[in-house]
Amino acid sequence: MNRIALKMLLGDRAKYLGLIFGIGFATLLMSQQVSIFIGLMSRTASQILDVREPDVWVMHPRVKYIDEIEAMPEVELSRVRGVEGVAWAVPLYKGNAVIRSPEGLLQQVILMGLDDGSLVGRPPQILLGSLADLKRPNALMLDRAGHEFIWPGEPLRIGRVVEVNDRRVEIVAIAKASPPFVTFPVVYTRYSEALRFTPPQRNKLSFVVAKAAAGVGPAELARRIRARTGLQALTWSEFAWRSVRHYIERTGIPVNFGITVTLGFIVGAAVAAQTFYIFVLENLRQFGALKAIGVTDRQILGMVVLQALVVGGLGYAIGIGLCALFFWATSDVTALLGFVLRWQVMAGTGVAVAAIMLLSSLASIRKVFVLDPAVVFRG
Amino acid sequence: MASAAPIAVRARGIVKEFPSGGAATRVLHGIDLEVEAGRLTLLVGPSGCGKTTLLSILTGILSPTGGEVDVMGERITSLRGPRKVLFRRDRLGFVFQQYNLLPALTAAENAAIPLIAAGLPLAAATARARATLARIGMREHSEKLPNQLSGGQLQRVAIARALVHEPALIVCDEPTAALDEHTGQTVMQILREIAGDPRHAVLVVTHDNRVHHFADRIVSMNDGRITGELAPPRPQEVPHAHA
Repeated sequence: MNRIALKMLLGDRAKYLGLIFGIGFATLLMSQQVSIFIGLMSRTASQILDVREPDVWVMHPRVKYIDEIEAMPEVELSRVRGVEGVAWAVPLYKGNAVIRSPEGLLQQVILMGLDDGSLVGRPPQILLGSLADLKRPNALMLDRAGHEFIWPGEPLRIGRVVEVNDRRVEIVAIAKASPPFVTFPVVYTRYSEALRFTPPQRNKLSFVVAKAAAGVGPAELARRIRARTGLQALTWSEFAWRSVRHYIERTGIPVNFGITVTLGFIVGAAVAAQTFYIFVLENLRQFGALKAIGVTDRQILGMVVLQALVVGGLGYAIGIGLCALFFWATSDVTALLGFVLRWQVMAGTGVAVAAIMLLSSLASIRKVFVLDPAVVFRG
Repeated sequence: MASAAPIAVRARGIVKEFPSGGAATRVLHGIDLEVEAGRLTLLVGPSGCGKTTLLSILTGILSPTGGEVDVMGERITSLRGPRKVLFRRDRLGFVFQQYNLLPALTAAENAAIPLIAAGLPLAAATARARATLARIGMREHSEKLPNQLSGGQLQRVAIARALVHEPALIVCDEPTAALDEHTGQTVMQILREIAGDPRHAVLVVTHDNRVHHFADRIVSMNDGRITGELAPPRPQEVPHAHA
């Protein structure tokens, strides 16, 4: 009966294409919007996720997320280093600065100050130049987005001299950093240089990042640091999630994306369910004849489920394909960096599409099951 | 009518009531009927007299309020659920007034449905369906879609679908109602030939008195009761008869 079910489906081309379009549109809308939402939320923690080496981030107890920093006295670094189970602990500066290009362009940037000795806190990929050159005086590493903002359309180039908070520095390397939520470029220098570039303050230590010694878990180390120093100590994943949660709870972003994704689901479900329902309804007499002839309810259920699987599968494949195409085509667009179609989104959208087709099938199959086959004897 | 032919259908005391506003409306009043194999039996009567309800009960599509039906020795009124459906699939053939062919399937595929439903592979089923279509003069139309066929051709495909699995009983509900006279006569001639095979009993519900001369036996119904039997007219007594 499977071939018959497929022929019935393909025989009504307008409804067949309508069903695939409905499912495809819903898939595209849901997967694309969820991917952008996840991308945006990941950006809120991008500076945490880019720092791979440490296990634990230590900060002032009042810090709520990565973009709201209350600096600590330098002495806290020594206190953290003194906690049992710390393999190493280094300072990390994070603040804002203004870059002025030789052409006079002013650009607000996020300034990261890496530990002078180890350069812990560096971005994951250097595109041009050498990380070692950052140890030279007045050296600065710029991320690719910053280069494109300041010198749009120009190939990546090092050796240029810019001013950071009115101090002349040389760009010695170009890095690929994960884009932050606020879209400012990210620049890197050594911790001591960062303190020099920024206005004088009593406290300037943004974070202490620490590595757990062998045999000590990150969560245990964080607990020990909290107990010994009174500071706030979080594993990198706790800190990343705390930043993400802050934006989810304090902004309207999740609500807006949630509405769009829900609309995608509702529109997809409505279009698919209605079209599939009408398709079954228009074939009701044929289904009645099949029941009268002796086709069992189980066989008819199999036919409807197969039809739903085919249109659901094709619609999903087209929608996910278009979504993947969108992110592939925009992968070099600076504003959309970090937005990707994750397998979890594909799986989640697949579950949503399956739910849509299940709802559509249930509504339709009920009509067939309660159909009195005697209907075929009525002229 | 006394006959030595084996009984294909035996119905005893069939009563059917439908609920109607808290009460029950009785539409069949204790019907007794026998249909013999190898014969064409017409069930005639005015619209609303209960012919189609009786047909639905004889084929197990409706359950009677009272009475018993045996089809080829099997008590169909005792069968329940899927067993009744499978009995219909294997032992009965149906021809409907509105053909009820699937528009996306070719004539051969439509005719093959009872075999496909029984689990025969598509290729084998359609091969047998083509042979059945050829038997009723539809060889050259077997690969056409329903929208490429005339009304008479559609009804012949429906007959092929009813015949393809060699059922014991073929029931036809107003098979000529949607056809012009000439085409109706052709369709009835095919049914007449099928009924000549002692493996089949053919029961036709009709109110078309132009086809009475094809019958071996005519059972008359009125107001939910069998009112008697009519003598089939000879072909020369029927104007425009093509038999």
